[in-house]
Parts: sequence; C-alpha cells; structure tokens
Amino acid sequence: MAEITQLIHHYLRHNKKFPLVFCPGCGHGIVLGSLVRSVHALGLAKDNVVIVAGIGCSGRIAAYVDFNTVHTTHGRALTVATGIKMANPKLTVIAVMGDGDAFSIGGNHLIHAARRNIGVTALVLNNFIYGMTGGQCSSTTPEGAYSHTSPMGQLESAFDIVELTRAAGAAGVSRGTVFHVKELDALLTDALTRPGFNLVEALTPCFTQYGRGNGFKSAVEMFRWLKNSCLPLERYAKLEDPGGKIPIGSFVRRDVPGLETRYAAMCQGLRAKKGGAA
Amino acid sequence: MGRNRVVIYPDWCKGCGICAAFCPKKVLAVGLDGKARVVNEEACVNCGFCEPHCPDFAIVVIPEGEPVPPESAPLDSKEETP
Ligand SMILES: Cc1ncc(C[n+]2csc(CCOP(=O)(O)OP(=O)(O)O)c2C)c(N)n1
Ligand code: SF4
Ligand code: SF4
Ligand code: SF4
Repeated sequence: MAEITQLIHHYLRHNKKFPLVFCPGCGHGIVLGSLVRSVHALGLAKDNVVIVAGIGCSGRIAAYVDFNTVHTTHGRALTVATGIKMANPKLTVIAVMGDGDAFSIGGNHLIHAARRNIGVTALVLNNFIYGMTGGQCSSTTPEGAYSHTSPMGQLESAFDIVELTRAAGAAGVSRGTVFHVKELDALLTDALTRPGFNLVEALTPCFTQYGRGNGFKSAVEMFRWLKNSCLPLERYAKLEDPGGKIPIGSFVRRDVPGLETRYAAMCQGLRAKKGGAA
Repeated sequence: MGRNRVVIYPDWCKGCGICAAFCPKKVLAVGLDGKARVVNEEACVNCGFCEPHCPDFAIVVIPEGEPVPPESAPLDSKEETP
C-alpha cells in the first residue's frame, strides 16, 4: 500500500501550502486521492489532463494537483470544460464541482452538458451543503435537514443527482462515496475512459457545515453513516424497505459519442462534400 | 523487523480520527496532541484501509519486506508560491 500515498505526493504541487486547506475529516481530500489514483491507473500524461474547477471547498482541489488546471467561477466549470474539449478533443477534461456548484447555481449548465453529451467527466462532490460560504442549504440538502438557511428544517425536496443527470441524457452516471473508496476509484476510472458526458457523484462528509447541525457528533460518525447506509444498487434494488438507504454504483452506461466527435464527423463530411463537388 | 511498518507524517495529520476509528486491528490512535500515532504496529495486517482513507495523505503503510522510503522533503514543504 505504501505506493498510494507516495503516488499522491508525486502528483501534488509542492509549492502549495500543506496540509490541505480542508477541515479535519473533510471527505474532499479522499476524492482528491481517488482522482489522482484514477488518472495514474489509466497512465494519462499530466499534460493531457485538464481539471476545471468551480468555486467552493471542492473547487480548491484544482489548486493542488499538477495537471493543467483552471479555477473558474461558481457554477461555470462545465462551460469552460465544454470549450476546452471542443477546442482540443484529445485532452481528458474533468470538471470538479460541489453540489452547489454543479446543481444549484450551475444546474442549467449541467443539464445541457448532459443533453449535448460533451465528452467531459463531471466529478461532483456532494456534501449536501454550501461548505465554503458557511452552510447554506443547497439543492441536494435532504428534506428536513438543518442548515443556516433552513434553521427549521429544509422544506424543499432535494435533487437526486443520478436521476436528474440520467433524465438529461448523460452517457454515464454513477454514485460512490469516500468511505467506499476502492469502488469510487473504479467508477471514476471507468468514467474517464468512456465517450460522452459521464458524471460521478461522490458523497463526501462536511462535518463543519452539515454534520454538526444534523446530529452527527464527529466526522468519523459521518463516515460510519456512509458505511451503514450506502449499498450496491443491485442489493438496493432487492430491498423491501429501502428507507434511508442510498444505492451506489454505476447507474447509466450508454454508448453515445461525445459532441466533439459528432462535430468532427460533421466537419469531415462537409469537407468531403466540398472536395467531391470541386 | 518482519512486520508491516505504519508511518504517520505528523505535519500533515489533522487528527480527524478516521484511521483510528476504522483500523480493524486498532493499530492507530489519536493522541492528546491531536495527531494520529501508531500504538500497535505489530498488529497491522496491511488491510488497505487507512492509506486511501486518510483525507490528508498523512499515512504510509509499508508492507513487510519492502524498503522504508526516506521521508521525502516535499512532505515538509510549507511555502506557498505567490
Ligand atoms: C456567482 C457567485 N455566487 C455566489 C458565490 C458564493 N459562493 C462561493 S462557494 C459557494 C457554494 C459552495 O458550495 P458547493 O458548491 O456545494 O461546494 P462546497 O464548498 O460545499 O465544496 C457560494 C454560494 C460565488 N463565489 N459566486
Ligand atoms: S467546510 Fe465542509 S466542505 Fe469545506 S473544508 Fe470544511 S468540511 Fe470540507
Ligand atoms: S486519517 Fe489521516 S489526518 Fe485523520 S487522524 Fe488519521 S492520519 Fe491523521
Ligand atoms: S493497513 Fe489496516 S491494519 Fe494496518 S494500520 Fe492501516 S487500517 Fe490498520
């Protein structure tokens, strides 16, 4: 196992301040590790990987990894990622976003990126809250949960990221957690190799802004909750009473060529037509 | 000799306690200084839990028989570039 940590250190930008800026026990660091292991497992050259991040604690990931990185504005990571992929389809483009980033302010970009099936991997760190700005509810905050902007309990219902992205037409959709880290690595590695728009939702605890206000005594307890409430979707499907359980795994795997591929084919077709007419 | 080695980098550890809570062999504990420490190294079975679950990349487990890597300088790097 020794190589795991060594490997991650190899991919970090050592001129940044360490330890990571995240709170103790924040799951975001584990997602960062998973991202590095997945890129490494595929043997992708650092120069061919682009991380496009939004704003939020999750967005800070871009600052730490030694790939091509762009720190965009809140909710707009996918717009920049789409442009990069269209301009240079050879690059592996990964948009790293929080739940607020991807599904609240950036929800419109998300559904259209999925509809277009642009060949970008969306890595969504879902901690059910706006972490960075102090714990306001997001569009994934569960009904009844407490946050600074839902002090009496959230009245609105939450988005199911998997179902929403599936309905919008994405080629691939999966959900993992930072407790089930080997599975998360596998989901992410798979997403990175598939054509079209592939989204990986990673459930990641934010004790500081979410757990504390919702009955968890520590970050460790939140990991225990993930351990006990998440199960493979095949097993989940067989449950008589799924109450409170969360399915994880690969939900959608459709073979759809990325928008960039369809665009290249269209250009080629036009060129051939022009050549033929001349 | 003849056992798995477990190394904590205290500069990077934030004492979150995830490693200690889930280590199946109780190899790790969080000290009063808020840093993880190795309290029962002999018991480590190299199960693979702690290393990828440490959010701060502060643990290395070196399986029996493998060389202990020298503490790499970047682990102590604290300077931030402008
Ligand atoms: C246009 C705009 N609106 C609002 C903000 C303030 N803001 C910064 S991060 C953030 C939410 C972060 O939550 P999330 O995306 O879930 O990421 P987390 O911090 O939880 O990882 C907000 C509202 C901003 N930076 N830009
Ligand atoms: S506020 Fe939450 S999401 Fe942000 S670093 Fe702290 S634990 Fe992580
Ligand atoms: S999981 Fe990592 S940061 Fe947390 S206590 Fe253990 S060594 Fe320290
Ligand atoms: S590898 Fe497993 S047994 Fe060894 S210290 Fe880590 S969690 Fe404990």
